Amino acid sequence: MSERPGIADPAWVRALLAGAALLVGLLLLALPLAVVFAEALRRGWGVATAALADPDTLSAIRLTLLVAAITVPVNLVGGLAAAWCIAKHDFPGRRLLTTLIELPFSVSPVISGLVFVLLFGLQGWFGPWLQARDIQIVFALPGLVLATLFVTFPFVARTVLPLMQEQGRTEEEAAATLGASGWQVFRRVTLPNVQWALLSGVLLCNARAMGEFGAVSVVSGHIRGQTNTVPLHVEILYNEYQFAGAFAVAALLALLGLATLAAKTALERLTGRRLGEGTGDAA
Amino acid sequence: MTVTVTGLVRRFGAATALDGVSFALAEGEFAALLGPSGSGKSTLLRILAGLEGSEAGEVRIAGRSMAGVPARARNIGVVFQNYALFRHMTIFENVAFGLRVRPRAARPDRAETARRVRELLQLVQIPELERRYPDQVSGGQRQRVALARALAIEPHLLLLDEPFGALDALVRRDVRRWLRGLHDRLGLTTLLVTHDQEEAMELADRVAVMERGRVVQFDPPAALLAAPATPFVAGFIGHAARLEGEVRAGVLRFGSLPLPPLRAALPDGPATAFLRPGAVVAEALAEAPGGAPPAAIELLRVTAEGERRAVLTLGGVTLEARLAPGSEARAARGAPCRLHIAGAQVFGAGGGRAEARPLRAAPVL
Repeated sequence: MSERPGIADPAWVRALLAGAALLVGLLLLALPLAVVFAEALRRGWGVATAALADPDTLSAIRLTLLVAAITVPVNLVGGLAAAWCIAKHDFPGRRLLTTLIELPFSVSPVISGLVFVLLFGLQGWFGPWLQARDIQIVFALPGLVLATLFVTFPFVARTVLPLMQEQGRTEEEAAATLGASGWQVFRRVTLPNVQWALLSGVLLCNARAMGEFGAVSVVSGHIRGQTNTVPLHVEILYNEYQFAGAFAVAALLALLGLATLAAKTALERLTGRRLGEGTGDAA
Repeated sequence: MTVTVTGLVRRFGAATALDGVSFALAEGEFAALLGPSGSGKSTLLRILAGLEGSEAGEVRIAGRSMAGVPARARNIGVVFQNYALFRHMTIFENVAFGLRVRPRAARPDRAETARRVRELLQLVQIPELERRYPDQVSGGQRQRVALARALAIEPHLLLLDEPFGALDALVRRDVRRWLRGLHDRLGLTTLLVTHDQEEAMELADRVAVMERGRVVQFDPPAALLAAPATPFVAGFIGHAARLEGEVRAGVLRFGSLPLPPLRAALPDGPATAFLRPGAVVAEALAEAPGGAPPAAIELLRVTAEGERRAVLTLGGVTLEARLAPGSEARAARGAPCRLHIAGAQVFGAGGGRAEARPLRAAPVL
């Protein structure tokens, strides 16, 4: 141990605090997850896999994957563009945009969903106009995508922005004086400098896009086999007392989340090692 | 290439960074832009590079107006203050960057790019570092990478923004001489921006002194010392001490200060004198000559060259003086001394300048 005795707390204090933190972690985070997997497999693999093979479940999985496949790329581009604008350029309204990016974090997901119902629902602002043209947004795929887009927008922007701001603009300026065009500067300098943070943001964005419940619940309409995503399907199964099925689907969703977390951790280790290679004498 | 700057103005909100800057660089010249921080020198460099716009004025490079020409089309090599190396690229890739982003027709092939990069790394004497990343090399090596990268585009003009700021004092002197040698070999028009007068005086053929957004004097180092154009230049160059006095009938007196009068060809009135450390001589005395001691040595210091100097405070101004030969043994803290002035730059209230000389040659000089 390289701890200095002058500032270290007594051993029992440290043990107590560490123990308490661990206990809370186990009780509140690990135990529920373990319960999900235990419940899913309580009546054996057969029941669990049968629940997953149910057509409604398969349709929910397909829908969730489709929504994620649309929202993640859109938010990747949108989030990156927003972070790039804020970090590398000066324009009026820059602070406002920075605040707006965080809006979905501070607004309840239910409200985010409700907004789209109020806008595009039958009684909504654009409802009659949309109905006249036979365009269905709420209670259909577009609504799910919009709600998910809104809720997951901050993830990419918020992971990339601090790094871009810390790196400043001098490398971009150097690239410009060396003859690079705007696109070349972005492609060869800006993007590679944030690639790992970007990937990390995309993973988080994807995890949330697949797991989002509140906003999606409002705009979905819960039509089985049509507008039911995986999290919504879990709730339906649970409410219908199909516990094995509910937990099996929940376990699948939890696995997705765990895989994301593992990928993100591996990524951080990888980049940490690369950054740690430096001599550390950069002023 | 020649560079001509005329009446350049740049404002940031209410603050004026450049207030009508004009100067011209000759082909192959090594010039320095010297000024305290906030004098607008970095802004000027950024405008030359095309990274910043200006409200008024004109920049011409090789006779061609740079209005509307973006940074990427100017072909100006820039070594940035903290080098701004591409952190995710190896040193080889950093240097190759300028070649790789060229339009296809002008882009050299792989072998040619590699040959050019290795040649440049040889030139800056770091061929062994090509596979390293910027954060794996020292500050001095990073500076060489930045220089090689800037030279790779075969620039018309080289701009250096405080390039020695991040180096420690020991390396700095060597790197300076090496850089000057490199310039003499390449013959590239070079503009160095710095707040360090020694750096500017040692490196540059001519030094442009900037004061509050203007170039107040642009002359060879020796001329800046011999004939400063403004009180600011006189005070800024050569660590001169500034003292107020009064001219009467061609003689400058420093009121009640224990300084000898000087002959100065200025009209009657108040005047400001600038005394360089080397031009003031302190003659330490065994005892104070009758009455209150005229001046007392506050402390003694040794210069980097090994010379002992006396430091005194006169009328709130700190003055450094050489020790008169023969009186060195008596020099000590608190020792009384008589001051002699070999010469000073004096500016009259009306703006006139004169080189002041002693009324009679002091015997100890």
